[in-house]
Amino acid sequence: MARRDKSPQGSAAKGLDVSRRKFMAGVALTGAATAASPQGAAQAATTPSPSPALRPSALRPDVRMAAAETGTPKELAKATGPDGSDFMVDVIKTLNIEYVCSNPASSFRALHESLIDYGGNKKPEFITCTHEESSVGIGHGYFKVTGKPLMMLCHGTVGLQHAAMAIYNAWCDRVPVIAIGGTDIDAAHRAPGVPTFHSAQDINALVRDFTKWDDQPVSLQHFAQSMVRAYKIAMTPPHEPVMIALDLGLQQEPIKAHERESLYIPKYVPTAPPQADSNAVKEAAQLLANAERPVIVADRAARTPAGVKLLVELAETLQAPVIDQGGRMNFPNSHYLKQNARAQALISNADVIIGLELSDYWATVNRFVDNGLDGIGINETVIKPGTKLIGISSVGLVTKSNYQDFQRFQSLDVDMAGDAEASLPALIEAVKASIPSDGRAALEKRGEALKKAHADAHERTKAAAAVAWNASPISTARLAMEIYGQIKDLDYSLVSSSGNVSGWPNRLWRMDKHHNWLGSSGGYGVGYGAPAAIGAALGNRDIGGRFSVNIQSDGDLMYAPGVLWTAARHKIPILSVMHNNRGYHQEVMHVQRLANRRNRVAALGMDRSPIGTSIENPDIDYASLAKSMGYWSAGPIKDPAELGPTLKRAVEVVKSGQPALVDVWTQPR
Amino acid sequence: MKLRSVIVALAALAAGLVLCRGHVLAASAEKGKAAFLQHGCWQCHGYQGQGGIAGLKLAPNPIPFETLSNFVRTTNRAMPPYREEILSNDDLADIYAYLQSIPKDPDPNSIPLLSP
Repeated sequence: MARRDKSPQGSAAKGLDVSRRKFMAGVALTGAATAASPQGAAQAATTPSPSPALRPSALRPDVRMAAAETGTPKELAKATGPDGSDFMVDVIKTLNIEYVCSNPASSFRALHESLIDYGGNKKPEFITCTHEESSVGIGHGYFKVTGKPLMMLCHGTVGLQHAAMAIYNAWCDRVPVIAIGGTDIDAAHRAPGVPTFHSAQDINALVRDFTKWDDQPVSLQHFAQSMVRAYKIAMTPPHEPVMIALDLGLQQEPIKAHERESLYIPKYVPTAPPQADSNAVKEAAQLLANAERPVIVADRAARTPAGVKLLVELAETLQAPVIDQGGRMNFPNSHYLKQNARAQALISNADVIIGLELSDYWATVNRFVDNGLDGIGINETVIKPGTKLIGISSVGLVTKSNYQDFQRFQSLDVDMAGDAEASLPALIEAVKASIPSDGRAALEKRGEALKKAHADAHERTKAAAAVAWNASPISTARLAMEIYGQIKDLDYSLVSSSGNVSGWPNRLWRMDKHHNWLGSSGGYGVGYGAPAAIGAALGNRDIGGRFSVNIQSDGDLMYAPGVLWTAARHKIPILSVMHNNRGYHQEVMHVQRLANRRNRVAALGMDRSPIGTSIENPDIDYASLAKSMGYWSAGPIKDPAELGPTLKRAVEVVKSGQPALVDVWTQPR
Repeated sequence: MKLRSVIVALAALAAGLVLCRGHVLAASAEKGKAAFLQHGCWQCHGYQGQGGIAGLKLAPNPIPFETLSNFVRTTNRAMPPYREEILSNDDLADIYAYLQSIPKDPDPNSIPLLSP
């Protein structure tokens, strides 16, 4: 069993006689003080609030804040709960985590019991999940709405294996999740049979390649340090998942007498996000300010609503087009400088490109064509020789070796390691200072041309959406616009859009707010959409006044459909509209491609698409599936004329606080 | 010698065009719809050839048959080529007839949902 740390602790904790009531009051007081203090401001910087009035995260720390962040924090207090897992709950409560998502398991039974009985099932409140992938996915979506991480509990072996894919998605999408896996380390004392099957020497090894940090604490004090450290690391950009292996023995044993005198909970003080080097920022600003055809490309640049405002300020300062790759809602699509419709032409013609938190810079300035008889595809650059490339990204700060989410290598002329949102204020300031005094007229002229291009592109997009408007199965453009017709006057949040609907919401819905669009899975692991949508809807429910809508693909839902029950059980209002194209459509096309390459006719069997890629025969009745789990539901809708009226009823149901699902048979893309 | 090669090439091209047009003249939109599904054209272009993020719009008003045919047979772009061994000239002509049969779409400005 764990070695106990007998060393004396800080004087603030030593000798204190703190009752449970006093302790919690102390926590509450400290929490209130944190909110009003400079540390509170720092926390706001890394924990985005839904308020659009949030101050930029990149404010330079003042003297008091710097002192608070660099000084030694005072310990909060000791805990007096009788058992180890009670103390763990005390630690967790200081982090203000709203929910713990979990499928119950014996390896964390003690912590489970403490959370609901000692901790009162509040902060965190238990969210019952039917699959560990759902537990992580809910936390993934919740963070993207609230800026706050959730905790998930799982068996350290079997549960973590279920969770692993979702953790990888969170890793690739730069989202913090606090994963805790139960394990019973002491082979001489743990129960034989199932508990031993469910234990391992090093459960964290399973996810170490795609977590930012992990630990296996061997004492309660070690746990307190690890938990606060894990939270702090996860919440420092680039945000990433973290993992703690939690020994069952440590959870179950009573707090030792000597520990009562010494245990303390370290205070969480957020870390300011890393900013780009000031000299490199000036060099980048010079290039941008003197460019004739600059282009801004953003992927996960706007972590918060403040990030959107900053990006607008940069683009307007330069009168430069913005291409939003959609990792987050970076730029309002009603703004004339958003030029996604002309992305390829703009990139090809640019003389300076700045990429902000791009997940794949290489593919932004090069093209891979999956064709050619040699089977390795065609690689070609799409930029002019001499185009200057600038990048700001925090991802390089946590790059690991095994999983290849860092994508192909792309050389940049000015490459800055730092958080883009935190670096934007300095960059904007430098750009303003670098614009030549005689360059204003050229900027205005560029802006006027971009206004016209934006308006023309919108008309072309509308015309494209009208094609096959009355088709059955229903076109993805019609699907998107029928949904929008019902929610456009609400403060909506498109909590997920799994599958592929040809980007119609991003092209035609008005998206001005950070929560209008949350991006996608990150790692393209199927099964993200349904749980992440519900997690985001949970966040929207708590914020209040927001309508959560999800475009739900069929293949994604079938990975873990039990998450629908979780939404109904916890009264999470969400409208899910099925993009039911009855196939794993990406794979439909991949098999077709290979058949063509080999001059063979793809075998369809009894289906419409190559054997193994369809989800039909029998067709899944998603309305009945959802109804069985407590949803209001309708469908399948095949006639486009029926879609609007059905969605209208579903919206009313969701407004009343229930989840609803409408199954729609759709065109493939 | 060079002139002879050019003449031979032009003759072959002309024969091909006649052949192509012959196929088109004999084509069936009904068979073409079935072939459009069987050969997976719908996968990227949609059941009505409307196009989307994975494939260009094919209908209504398809591009000239010769252009379409040449592209289908030889493309080195995102679309994989369909050679005659897996998509016959007759099937390709039928597919073209199907695309030609797809009616014109409504004016986008007449659709309220597109002008919210």
